[in-house]
Amino acid sequence: MALLDFFKFFGKEENKSKDIAKERLKLVLIHDRANVSPKFLDLIKGDIIKVISNYMEIDETGLDIRLSRIEQEDDNYTSALVANIPIKRMKNIGKNNG
Amino acid sequence: MGEVIVITSGKGGVGKTTTTANIGTALALEGKKVVLIDADIGLRNLDVVMGLENRIVYDLVDVVEGTCRLKQALIRDKRFNGLHLLPAAQTRDKNAVTPAQMQKLCEELKQHFDFILIDCPAGIEQGFKNAIAGADKAVVVTVPEVSAVRDADRIIGLLASNELPNPLLIVNRLRMDMVKRGDMMDIDDTIDILGVDLLGVVPDDEKIIVSSNRGEPAVTEDSSLAGQAYRNIAKRLLGEDVPLMNLQTEETFMDKLRKLFSGKNKKKH
Repeated sequence: MALLDFFKFFGKEENKSKDIAKERLKLVLIHDRANVSPKFLDLIKGDIIKVISNYMEIDETGLDIRLSRIEQEDDNYTSALVANIPIKRMKNIGKNNG
Repeated sequence: MGEVIVITSGKGGVGKTTTTANIGTALALEGKKVVLIDADIGLRNLDVVMGLENRIVYDLVDVVEGTCRLKQALIRDKRFNGLHLLPAAQTRDKNAVTPAQMQKLCEELKQHFDFILIDCPAGIEQGFKNAIAGADKAVVVTVPEVSAVRDADRIIGLLASNELPNPLLIVNRLRMDMVKRGDMMDIDDTIDILGVDLLGVVPDDEKIIVSSNRGEPAVTEDSSLAGQAYRNIAKRLLGEDVPLMNLQTEETFMDKLRKLFSGKNKKKH
């Protein structure tokens, strides 16, 4: 039994370097293929701030926007534009007055 | 009417020149009329890999500049019937040739040869643009490493935007022992990432270095695994349906022990 564990230890499935390589490559290729420059993301950021500011006051310095990969239910990955926008307070226009 | 195939990779050192030399030789051994063009102006190497470095009189730049006739610059390989080399100039740079000139050259060669294989320089600049200008088809060579696969992906994108969609992939220098350990991306991983069709897999083989030392392509050596892989690739280019070769390496002592203790002591196929 101990010997079996010994071999399991050397043949363990997780953290194979090829899987790390594959995941890193997939992420880097999203950026390469989309050809997104930091300037491009800044443009999107500017527009998002403009639209959202109509409804709420946001913390522009804490705003984080990036291209990422998210896992779907079928174990496949898909690209996603992920934005993290800290809200300071809601504007009156956005409140439910009814 | 012949077919112009460019062998490209983006990254340097993945085996474009060796691949060009071996596929070209294998096609000649299949009875085809073949010309290899070294498009790596300033860094020519296909001549030494082929063992034809002492026979160069004129080169690619001489042809496009009209210093000589095309026929004068073509070196006929006396060992392999039908095989020719058009060497690159060594003392010039990539700007000595334009894409339009390469296109014209390819059109002319297509009249006389079955296959025109172009050994593309590394990079995505002028040399790459020249090399792909006259091509009908592209073959992308990569090795199973992050840097090479990333560059291959970029090249595949650039080929598509230059009217060369659906290139064929060669995965070079695969090490089955590392794949088995999970320390090298396997064929499925690589195809999954790049999303292109596979033309062939070439195992890592010391004999490739020995054969380039001698200036004799590995396809001529029956015992070379890489040579066998290149012969298969040539057959596939000719439309034959050749299955991928079995790259299972001999079991090591540790493999045998591991199997014994995990109760899966089956004979390998």
